[in-house]
Amino acid sequence: MILLELFFGFLKAGCFSFGGAYAAIPLIRDVVLSYGWMDDEMLTYMIAVSESTPGSLMVNIATYVGASQAGVLGAAVATFAVVLPAFLIVLAVTAILSRIIENKYVQAALDGIKPCIIGIIFSTGVLMIWKNLFGSVSNGGDYRAILITLILGVIYFGSRRVKEKGISPITLIVLAAVCGVIGYEV
Amino acid sequence: MDQILELFFTFIKIGTFTFGGGYAMISMIENNCVENKKWISHEDMMNIAVIAESTPGPIAINCATFVGYKKKGIPGAVAATVGVVIPSFFIICLIAFVLDHFLEITVIANAFCGIKLAVGILILDAAVKMIQKLQKRLFPCVILICAAILMVVIDVCALKISTITMMLSAGCISLFLCFAKELAGRIGEGK
Repeated sequence: MILLELFFGFLKAGCFSFGGAYAAIPLIRDVVLSYGWMDDEMLTYMIAVSESTPGSLMVNIATYVGASQAGVLGAAVATFAVVLPAFLIVLAVTAILSRIIENKYVQAALDGIKPCIIGIIFSTGVLMIWKNLFGSVSNGGDYRAILITLILGVIYFGSRRVKEKGISPITLIVLAAVCGVIGYEV
Repeated sequence: MDQILELFFTFIKIGTFTFGGGYAMISMIENNCVENKKWISHEDMMNIAVIAESTPGPIAINCATFVGYKKKGIPGAVAATVGVVIPSFFIICLIAFVLDHFLEITVIANAFCGIKLAVGILILDAAVKMIQKLQKRLFPCVILICAAILMVVIDVCALKISTITMMLSAGCISLFLCFAKELAGRIGEGK
C-alpha cells in the first residue's frame, strides 16, 4: 500500500534529520531509492526545485515525492509524516521536558550523531559531484559537466571573497540553468 | 479564536516568503513574531534556535510549533505548523504535476542538466559550513571521517547499510564513551 509506505518512509526520515535541511537529503535519498519511488537524477532535480521555491527543503521534497507517487493524497500523507516527529518533539521539549536537551547523556548521544551526519552529507555531496562529472560517460567523463561545475564553483565560492555573504543558492541555481542551456545546446 | 487565526495567517505569510530554508526562516520569524507582534521574547528565540539544532526536523517546523505553543498552547502549535507548511505544499503539488512534461522540452532538460551540477556544489558547501562550526576535538573529527569514508564504501560496494543505522551507532558509541569516562572518573576517586 503506497500511502502506508510513504507515511512510514517519511516518518523515518523526519525522525533522524538532525541539523537542518541538507542533513535530510541523504536520509530521504535512502528512503526514496530503497522503495524505488524515483531515480537519483529526478531526486536531484527535485532538490533544486525545492531550493528555489519557498518553504523548507525537506518538507518540499516530501510533498513532491508524495505527489509523484500517489497524487494530492500522497503529497498530504508524506508531508504530514515528515512534519510529525519535529512537531511532537518540539511540543514535548517545550511543554514537559525543557531540561532534557541539557541532560548530559542526551548531549553525549548528540555529540556522536552530529559529526556522523556531517560526514554523511559531505560524502553525499562529493559522490554526487563525482557521478555528475565521471559517472555517465565511460570515456573519461563529461567534459561539459566538468567545465560548468568549475565555472559554478569559482563563481559561488569566489563571490564570498568579493561580498561577505556571496551569492545565494537560488542565484547559483539560476546561473546553473543558464550554463546548462548554453553548454548542452552547442 | 482570533489569535489562532492570526497565528495561522502570520505563518502562512512566513511560509510563502522564505526562500533558502531554515536560517532564512529564523530571521523572518524574529522579524514578525519578536519585533512586530511581540509574541515571544528575544530570549525565547535564542532557546528555539538551540532546540531546533538538537532536535530532528526542519528548523521552520521547529520554530512554528514553538511559537504557536508559547502563544496559544496545542491549538496554536497546530495552527502555526499547518500555516507554515501550506504555501509550499500547494506550490510543490502544482510543480509535481507539470515537471515531467516540462522535462520533455529540450531547453528545460538542458537547464536541469546544469542545475543538477549546482546541487552537488550546494550540498558540499552545506557540509563544509557545518565542519567549520564543529568543535575541533578528536572524537567528533574521528566520527566525521569514519562516517564520510563509510558512505563512500557503501556506495562503491553497494552495501545495504542505512544512514539511520550509522547515526544510531555513532550516538551509541558516544554515549558509551561518556559512561566509560564517568566510570574511570569514579575508579580514580576511589583510589
